[in-house]
Amino acid sequence: MRHVYTWSGILIVVIFSVIGDILMARAMKQVGDVHEWFRRSGLWTVVGRILSNSNFFLAVSAMAVAFFSLLFSLSWGDVSLVAPAAASLTFIGNAFAAKIFLHEKVDRRRWIAALLVAGGVALLAG
Amino acid sequence: MTFRKYLVLAGVTVFAAAGDSMLSHGMKQAGNVSLHHLQSLLLAVTNPWVALGILLLLAFFASYMNALSWADLTYVLPATSLGYVLLALVAKFALHEQVSPLRWLGIALISGGVSFVAGGPALTSHHEEPAKDILADSPTPSASSPNTAHAASVGVKR
Repeated sequence: MRHVYTWSGILIVVIFSVIGDILMARAMKQVGDVHEWFRRSGLWTVVGRILSNSNFFLAVSAMAVAFFSLLFSLSWGDVSLVAPAAASLTFIGNAFAAKIFLHEKVDRRRWIAALLVAGGVALLAG
Repeated sequence: MTFRKYLVLAGVTVFAAAGDSMLSHGMKQAGNVSLHHLQSLLLAVTNPWVALGILLLLAFFASYMNALSWADLTYVLPATSLGYVLLALVAKFALHEQVSPLRWLGIALISGGVSFVAGGPALTSHHEEPAKDILADSPTPSASSPNTAHAASVGVKR
């Protein structure tokens, strides 16, 4: 039973991390290149554009949910399982979600990278 | 990719790693925090390591958002994972901790993955037009038939 709790905790963390990352990436693409905006109209324009973007706030909320579910999952399962499992599954999930929702061109190069990084993170934190 | 953009990616890596380790160091000093004693969480923030860790994580977040404004998510994320490598190297050479062969393998895998991505274009998605009409304040919806050659040239130019 404890296994079920731990893995559903991990799954919830992964889902909300991916949602947060995808929404944040979309928000910042809508805001536009901040270097360009900063150079042309200064810092307050950049801050204003970010704060007037609804995806930004949705992203922050999703990341907050992910953070607190991570805290709860850590109290159910071992750190050495929960942290690396959540981190590496988030990498894989993000690669899928970026392709589907952000229309990023995830070519073979990036798939290999996502798998290598996910494996490496699992080994490092394990 | 300009030098400044590489600096932002380096910021993502360094701030995340430094912030996480300071937060973890500080929270170990602050002791256990449970849901029944949430006020101890407020006390923890007064610990200088925790406060510094939070500041660094804010800096991480700023550089992460900055990077996402001109690069793909699947390009930026591997860069953040370099932080794990950085932490292991600091543990080995500054703190003289033992780093097991399995962890060295993990470091090798992450480094390999990052070098795979770094060789390709930074931006392949179609959420905005190139910088020339950036003031035209309307993000173009992604085309149904993506012109990949165009996207790749945009990525390389940046």
